[in-house]
Amino acid sequence: MTQENARLGIVVSGSLNKGVEVKLDSSASIEDMVVGRFVTIEGQKRRFFGMITDISLGVTDPTLTVAPPDVTDPFIAEVIAGTSTFGTLHVSPSLVIGGDVSTMLEGPQPVKTIPSHFSVVRLASQRDVELVFGTEDEKRFFIGNPLDMDTKVCLNLEEFVKRSNGVFGKSGTGKTFLTRLLLIGMLQKGTAVNLVFDMHSEYGWESRDERGRKVKALKQLFSSQVAVFTLDEEGSRRRKVSTDFVVRIGFDEIEPEDIALLRQTLNLTELAVEAVYQLSRRFGKGWVEDTLKLKATEELPEGLNIHESTLQNLQRGLATIKRLPFLMPHSPNNAVKSILEYLERGTNVVLEFGRYTDITAYILVANLLTRRIHARYREAMERAVGEGTAPLRPLVITIEEAHRFLNPEVSSQTIFGTIAREMRKYNVTLLVIDQRPSGIDSEVMSQVGTKITCLLDDERDVDSVLTGVPNKGELRAVLSKLESKQQALIFGHAVPMPVVLRTREYGADYKDFLPKQAEKDIEKLWE
Amino acid sequence: MAETQRVGEVIQASTGDFVAQCYELYQIPPLGSLVKTKDQSLELYGIVYNAATTSLEPGRRPIARGREEKTEEGIYQTSPQLLKLLKSEFGVVVVGHRQDKKLYHYLPPTPAKIHSFVYLCTPAEVKEFGQSFDFLNIIINARLPVSTEELIGATLRQMSQAYEDRKAFLVAAGKELAILLSGDINQLKAVLGRIKP
Repeated sequence: MTQENARLGIVVSGSLNKGVEVKLDSSASIEDMVVGRFVTIEGQKRRFFGMITDISLGVTDPTLTVAPPDVTDPFIAEVIAGTSTFGTLHVSPSLVIGGDVSTMLEGPQPVKTIPSHFSVVRLASQRDVELVFGTEDEKRFFIGNPLDMDTKVCLNLEEFVKRSNGVFGKSGTGKTFLTRLLLIGMLQKGTAVNLVFDMHSEYGWESRDERGRKVKALKQLFSSQVAVFTLDEEGSRRRKVSTDFVVRIGFDEIEPEDIALLRQTLNLTELAVEAVYQLSRRFGKGWVEDTLKLKATEELPEGLNIHESTLQNLQRGLATIKRLPFLMPHSPNNAVKSILEYLERGTNVVLEFGRYTDITAYILVANLLTRRIHARYREAMERAVGEGTAPLRPLVITIEEAHRFLNPEVSSQTIFGTIAREMRKYNVTLLVIDQRPSGIDSEVMSQVGTKITCLLDDERDVDSVLTGVPNKGELRAVLSKLESKQQALIFGHAVPMPVVLRTREYGADYKDFLPKQAEKDIEKLWE
Repeated sequence: MAETQRVGEVIQASTGDFVAQCYELYQIPPLGSLVKTKDQSLELYGIVYNAATTSLEPGRRPIARGREEKTEEGIYQTSPQLLKLLKSEFGVVVVGHRQDKKLYHYLPPTPAKIHSFVYLCTPAEVKEFGQSFDFLNIIINARLPVSTEELIGATLRQMSQAYEDRKAFLVAAGKELAILLSGDINQLKAVLGRIKP
């Protein structure tokens, strides 16, 4: 029997809703138990697979807590350990991995019952974990290891991209690394084409880890499959990034919805947003410039009733946008068109913001581009349904600072809210990255398929991430005990059960991350 | 100790216990030792819980005789009749039996017979008997004139001598006691204090 199969204890009580209590054997030290570890429970008919969600201490007689025995004596300490004083584990069984017909035919099944009294609980073996999380193959991507184990936890990326997904965590907990890992996975397995709105220019060419070492990003690993777009040509050149396209946006491309989304960032009043719609209707495409040219309310065309202060408020806001250097009266190139061309060819697009890390620029550009891409995808899908042609390849749009797009006030207006809610049907999903999930509309949050969360400590953030999860209290305990580095809790659509991971190492050796084709090419050289 | 050592003869017996008299004055088996007595088909196992040396005739107490003697042994040398006028007895609580070569850790169907010989168990027998701690429950529940903690302590100390790994035996016994006495932690502490190696 290996260490992993070591017997931990026996089930003494529990319920399906709340999980089972396991009394620890005296041979198992409570200090070796870790929240988030996997265990198997051998019931009379079935084998259960679960996770330790809480650990506690018990005594048979409350007198012991008042007048503790002399545990400095090793004999007394040894005798009372596991008898008068004992440890208990709280385990939530989440899967049945053996014993009945359906698990034999279809693999692990969700639990519908609990193990009987005094069923033996053991640490899960490598094989059990592999049975649950699968092994790396064409669809599954190795994303990390369970705590204290060498087994690989693999994410089924084909399932993953069918829903919108979220990566959450406090600043500095490794969201960027995780996201990069996921993007690489999607590229490697070719399950979807990606559009990344890369606010801090970390995903395109290279970035640095916490220790300041350079790490390669997508373009360096998958040069033929990735196109780097930039808003800041100079910045990219300075960083020696070879870009494929410089994005310029014309004023004539800005629509009232884009301004509505920026209401908070630009400090606009409700009335100013109202006015935007009126103005654009009246002025048409050139409304931004026309509005900025107005000196006073008297110059307003007839029929427009806008208050002086509202106009000033709006003009101040528009002036802020106008100062963004990548905006010009009329764009010489059509960014949306070329992004779509790349995407349709199956090339992934990373849009670097360079020095425009300002949130106004980010919201404006992301929203503006996405809305048009969304329209195109919708069209294509409808045509595909009507004519029976192949639909476009699934598209995953990655956005950072997601709460700015998806907060309850704007989520109903922005295209991202729509995508999160329904675009799965049109083959477009989101990968939202956020450090403040409580800011995201709960309606959107409930539609997020797979959630990957690093450490969060704000109560509200934890609550919002765990909305709609059955055993919330237990996961909360696990989540708040994550280490601040390289650890994440994954749960939702693409994994059979919640799992705490030590994320895969990235940045030292890229061999495993290269596209499969490249490996074959290298092999061919030797033939 | 190859041969089983005979230590006395049953002079009073009931289902739960019996009293045996020693053949020699003061040749009493130690408190807590495992003894056995045989019948044709039945072998009774018991634990020595009490011992006493008294005058042969009840009501006639010994008197002090040592005024002229230098040593205590001298008293017995000058009055050799003393050895015949006094008797040593010990009480045994029955904790198990063997029938058809099988060992049971509960009371036998019939009590010991008067004049059955009582033997001290060999270490091998002690080990065999100590495989189960069910006898502890009998001792805890028996109403005996000596305190339960003392008797359990003495029994386990005696039995542990038969084992190479005394500590492992005592820890295992301690764990059993911790469960049996889970409702009375103070008693548990008292017993553990008496058996710690």
